[in-house]
Amino acid sequence: MSPLIVDGNEACVGVAYRLNEVCAIFPITPSSTMAELADEWSSQGRANIWGSVPQVIEMQSEGGAAGTLHGALQAGALATTFTASQGLLLMIPNMYKIAGELTSAVIHVAARSIASHALSIFGDHQDVMAVRPTGFAMLASGTVQEAQDLAVIAQMATLESRVPFVHFFDGFRTSHELGGVQPLSDDDLRALIDDRLVHAHRDRALNPDRPFIRGTAQNPDVYFQGREASNPFYARTPGIVNDAMVRFGERTGRHYHLFEYHGAPDAERVVVLMGSGATTACEVVDALNAAGETVGVLQVRLYRPFDVEAFLRALPLSARMVAVLDRTKEPGAAADPLHLDVMAALAEGGRDTRTVGGRYGLSSKEFTPGMVKAVFDELSRERPRRRFVVGIDDDVGGTSLAVDASFRTEAPDVFRAVFYGLGADGTVGANKNTCKILGEDADLHVQGYFVYDSKKSGSRTVSHLRFGRTPIRSAYLVQDAQFVACHQFGFVQSIDVLGVAAPGGTFLLNSPYPPDETWARLPVVVQETIIAKRLKCWVIDATTVAREAGIPGRTNTVLQTCFFGISGVLPREEALERIKAAIAKTYGAKGTDVVQRNYAAVDATLARLQQVQVPERASGSRRLLPVVAAGAPAFVETVIAAMLAGKGDDLPVSAFPVDGTYPSATSRWEKRNISDFVAVWEPDTCIQCGNCAVVCPHAVIRVGIADAADLAAAPDGFRSAPIDERGYPTTRYTLQVYAEDCTGCALCVEACPAKDRAVSGRKAINLAPRQPLIDDARKHVAFFETLPVIERGHVDFSTVRGAQFLEPTFEFSGACAGCGETPYLSLLSRLFGDRMLVANATGCSSIYGGNLPTTPWATNAEGRGPAWSNSLFEDNAEFGLGMRLAADSQRAQAERLAGSLRQALGEDLADALVAAPQREEREIRAQRVRVATARRLLQPLAASGSPDAEHLLAVLDHFVRRSVWIVGGDGWAYDIGSGGLDHVLASGRNVNVLVLDTEVYSNTGGQASKATPLAAVAKFAASGKQTEKKDLALQAISYGNVYVARVALGANPQQTLLALREAEAYDGPSLVLAYSPCIAHGYDLRLGLDQAYRAVHSGYWPLMRYNPALRDHAANPFTLDSPRPTVAFRDYADEELRFRLLTRTNPAEAERLFAQAEAGIARRWRHYEDLAALETA
Amino acid sequence: MTDLSTTYLGLSLAHPIVASASPLGKSLDGVRSLEDGGAAAVVLASVFEEQILMDNASFARYLDAGTQSVAESLSYFPSVDTTPAGPEEYLRFIGDARTAVHVPVIASLNGSTDAGWVDYASQIERAGASALELNIFHLPVDPTETGRSVEERAVRTVEAIRRTIRIPLAVKVGPYFSAMGEMAARFAAAGADGLVLFNRFYQPDFDLDKLEVEPSLALSSPTEIRLPLFWIAALRGRVGLSLGATTGVATFREVVKYLLAGADVVMTTAALLRHGPGHLAVLRDGLRTWMEERAYASVAELRGAMSRANVADPSAFDRANYVRILNSWR
Repeated sequence: MSPLIVDGNEACVGVAYRLNEVCAIFPITPSSTMAELADEWSSQGRANIWGSVPQVIEMQSEGGAAGTLHGALQAGALATTFTASQGLLLMIPNMYKIAGELTSAVIHVAARSIASHALSIFGDHQDVMAVRPTGFAMLASGTVQEAQDLAVIAQMATLESRVPFVHFFDGFRTSHELGGVQPLSDDDLRALIDDRLVHAHRDRALNPDRPFIRGTAQNPDVYFQGREASNPFYARTPGIVNDAMVRFGERTGRHYHLFEYHGAPDAERVVVLMGSGATTACEVVDALNAAGETVGVLQVRLYRPFDVEAFLRALPLSARMVAVLDRTKEPGAAADPLHLDVMAALAEGGRDTRTVGGRYGLSSKEFTPGMVKAVFDELSRERPRRRFVVGIDDDVGGTSLAVDASFRTEAPDVFRAVFYGLGADGTVGANKNTCKILGEDADLHVQGYFVYDSKKSGSRTVSHLRFGRTPIRSAYLVQDAQFVACHQFGFVQSIDVLGVAAPGGTFLLNSPYPPDETWARLPVVVQETIIAKRLKCWVIDATTVAREAGIPGRTNTVLQTCFFGISGVLPREEALERIKAAIAKTYGAKGTDVVQRNYAAVDATLARLQQVQVPERASGSRRLLPVVAAGAPAFVETVIAAMLAGKGDDLPVSAFPVDGTYPSATSRWEKRNISDFVAVWEPDTCIQCGNCAVVCPHAVIRVGIADAADLAAAPDGFRSAPIDERGYPTTRYTLQVYAEDCTGCALCVEACPAKDRAVSGRKAINLAPRQPLIDDARKHVAFFETLPVIERGHVDFSTVRGAQFLEPTFEFSGACAGCGETPYLSLLSRLFGDRMLVANATGCSSIYGGNLPTTPWATNAEGRGPAWSNSLFEDNAEFGLGMRLAADSQRAQAERLAGSLRQALGEDLADALVAAPQREEREIRAQRVRVATARRLLQPLAASGSPDAEHLLAVLDHFVRRSVWIVGGDGWAYDIGSGGLDHVLASGRNVNVLVLDTEVYSNTGGQASKATPLAAVAKFAASGKQTEKKDLALQAISYGNVYVARVALGANPQQTLLALREAEAYDGPSLVLAYSPCIAHGYDLRLGLDQAYRAVHSGYWPLMRYNPALRDHAANPFTLDSPRPTVAFRDYADEELRFRLLTRTNPAEAERLFAQAEAGIARRWRHYEDLAALETA
Repeated sequence: MTDLSTTYLGLSLAHPIVASASPLGKSLDGVRSLEDGGAAAVVLASVFEEQILMDNASFARYLDAGTQSVAESLSYFPSVDTTPAGPEEYLRFIGDARTAVHVPVIASLNGSTDAGWVDYASQIERAGASALELNIFHLPVDPTETGRSVEERAVRTVEAIRRTIRIPLAVKVGPYFSAMGEMAARFAAAGADGLVLFNRFYQPDFDLDKLEVEPSLALSSPTEIRLPLFWIAALRGRVGLSLGATTGVATFREVVKYLLAGADVVMTTAALLRHGPGHLAVLRDGLRTWMEERAYASVAELRGAMSRANVADPSAFDRANYVRILNSWR
């Protein structure tokens, strides 16, 4: 059977789906793909090996999924779930139960880091190590093939042993690596799974025909004995797993062992580890032994139950020095967990073998042959370090091993290629296609691994591809690429793309310039590298070829053709044929015209590919562009700049904060220049309304005012206009576009109401090509930043026009161009940023808000700004409530101490500090003056030893009213954090909750939440969402004392502004539900404002406010801010792919669900009108 | 008894009043209402290849937007079956309409690519359409595009489709050819069975409040019948084509005028959108009454009675007449 080219997730779920009847799922990176595929297959009616279609159900959290799993198992179903990281941690309570009840089940885990000092989505074993005491057996796969094979071995073993299993593989490195898999047929699975064991599983289930109870509570007299009663099952499990592996080997020819030893039979030095790192270690062992050394590697497959005897049998008796490598960290432990197990095994076995323990590979840190060799070298030392880390420079603890970065072990016949691209240019998709072409059709061994940066707009991708005639064991990034392609000319000017190139290799550059000019435009260091490495250098203007072929922007087809044309991995003609076949497969579903246009691009490509005649010497004076703007603080210049330059791996431990605390306002130093088109302001047309500044998702539009005299020194072309206010004859209004930060989303253009009278369609703000204006724009921004900042106390907070004058302290995030969430955060930061605490749920907003290298929460000219933190996904409301309690507690202390120090402070000041109103900004500004005065008075007292003065100084800032904001998406508010949110709203405490409702889990790729509307297609709702969106507003209103608003900035910015201010002013819990256009809705986000309008005016998203404070004035708290619907729901829905998808795939079902949706909207509207009609509440 | 029957594209019709392509011809209920209202034949709403291509393109674009860019969200939609949209829905509609009504059902096609015209036409034939009307509509706004190339393209399209299908084929065109007569003859030579005069030229308006170009299409009025009336009169008997008249039909008077000029059928949309499908019967009855009053025994007798070939003084249609009008304007 020819291999399938799939990633580890797909390889695993391909088996898990066919061997189960119930899948309880919840999205979490990097395991989400398994759940998504299971859901898709179920919605397509695909059967398991017994002919039934598994039920796949999305739960509100992994905790919910585990509960459902437990219940399904207890009721006799074969059930599974897929998870990672915090998700697995949420399953722990149920895992103890499932194991304690000896229940056959397998949980498949794409192992990932745990959020500690920081969240990381990448791979290590911290999550699986956290569940090792639960009683689950643990089976580790190290390759994509194993991810499939061990999935079935785990299932075989759990049915036989009754011990549940965690089957895990390394997140990203295996879960997302594309490789060749020999597939298992249904017949294979039927032959391997013993149906009698399945029946036995059912016989143990709850059944009223032969009832029993399970899940009792026990007392000290018996609990302990009961806990020991299952021991024989654990004792048998390793033997059962071994038998399953033997049977599997007989069926498939692929043989596995509990502990797999590889290397010299008489090895004295052995490395022990599990997961993908073992394959790299094998590669190194072979290379070292071929060079005359005697070393070996022992790969752990069954980690729990740890079979001491099997381990001792597998480890050669010759082994004198063993290094145990853990891909996890247990702070404070005597040793990391695998190391402890090995030490115990050796001690029990009486073996005279010395062990050392090393940590490697946390958060997908590279684990290269050089690192493996460093471990063996360490073992050769007379006194090897007992504990070490490898792969980083631990200059603080001195624990790191020196690594020979030039050490290589790859087979010479492996072809290695690296491609730099933009997320939007299709590079990754084309390379995945290439892997399939070469792996499935040309019968080569292939490996594809893809690295992404953390931005959601303008993100850079790096594809690492290997092809060869022999199996590829290199579970690390390509190091010496015979082929390097740079698909974006801008990259070659700013980052080192050729460091990875092998001498004599080929470099393909997508360049808008002919060969000679391209060469002249290369930075000198790049020219020197090309010359020194004797690289063959090719250029093509793929952008033009693609545009001429009718596929503008999609350069992937052109560049893939170039790769096949010059790399020689396949004969050229054959390669072109296969590319076209792949195009037909990939784009066939998108129409013959799309296919034909891609064919045309292929046909036009090779004639346009030109070789650069590389001179003998470099010339010119160009340097790589700086990665951070001039004037950045030292931390940004050193640490963050290194990350931006792709050199973060080289930073030593000492460079980092010890507790995950990072400076605010770093995104302003990263000038990304990601859009070819940027906004340009036309002062003569502008009516100074501020709409553009308020809707800008990236806060690149800034407004200032200055006296005409202040502008005398302005650089040429600096634009301003007389301010549109009476009584200020010399005051000028200026609007600056931070062009280097603009994403070109054009929302500002859409929001602009002012039209150029001379040119129809032009507005007071328009998009224009960035390149010609960028030098001037930099000068203008630099001058703008020298202008005085507008005093907040003078600004009219009540209008959008006024709000434009407030400094945003959320700026230049990495969110998608046109993001519908970030304008709310930007507005929030303008209004309350200088006294705001933000608790941010995990999700898009925590990633564009807090993912290194640079972050957007910023400071104002006074150095104040939002203090931001992310705890978890599930606990955000509680996290924010904690902040409120802390603020209230410290405020209470401050009030008490101000009373004690009344005389020292002066009675008037002490009283005012405690009692002065802080509703209006001018009152808050006055309070800041009081606090400053009090500080001046207290400092000498504290210095002279007054404990009260010292205590008061520590909490004095709390006299300025703190604004606590709990921010998150609908996945948090409607699902995983729903219980906590409910409780916090019920607490009556003064917290403000802002739900950025995109109606899907945007960050993990568009899975349905309870906010997803009826009829919309989303992942986990592939057949269209069957239930209506939860009305969280009504739920909150039911408490009676919660301020609730539903807002849509794009439809009514004034109402949004009003609601945010009312929510903040309300002395109690507030909930603001914000309509947030999202890329997962499937339309051009430039039109997000129009869509918001349709959402509101169709009654789909009725604007409302419920303000309990109005009751004090005998008024109805409920205000309906929307007019009666004038737009049909279908006119709204027809604009979005999430709704159109169902119309395409199942028109009858779409019709049925749309009708239901319309009825639901009408019903809710009537209910809202009724609420609004009440005279008083 | 007055004989209202006529023949159009070889189809025998009970009378000459046909519902032209309009929103009423978009749904099965609409088609039924047109038959109930009295249409002798129904032209279905046009299928626009360009629209389908645009739908497919936007579908593909938004399905791919943001994919393979961010490690956590490599895609945003489930990989559902995304077979490209084609004219399938329209084809099903043709079949359903044929079953639902007894009058001939004429499909209307507006293609945008050479392959699309032919492919869609053959599918429409297989779907069971009684005839096909090609809605040829091209805006030569490119100043380098020549009139001849526009003509060649239109003729090539008709030839290609004629080679592919056997059902009757009408060509609906605009009036902006330099030599309408020659074009009619060329369409006939290319294999068309009929000519529909004229489709309405896209004429955007300006919104003076918003200062924006407004892509709207106004319903036609009786004052607009003169151009098609002229050309039908000029072409009657001169080209071997069925002639369909469309534009400006509000009352039976326009119907009569078109028939007198030489039309085989008279089509209307505006009147039906204004007054409902029942207006078809009003037009038909008005025609019958008028014929009875003037003792015309049949449409055949009436048809072309005032065509250029039939009038005693053809100069009424010629340039001399134009000079006379100018001179009379004092």
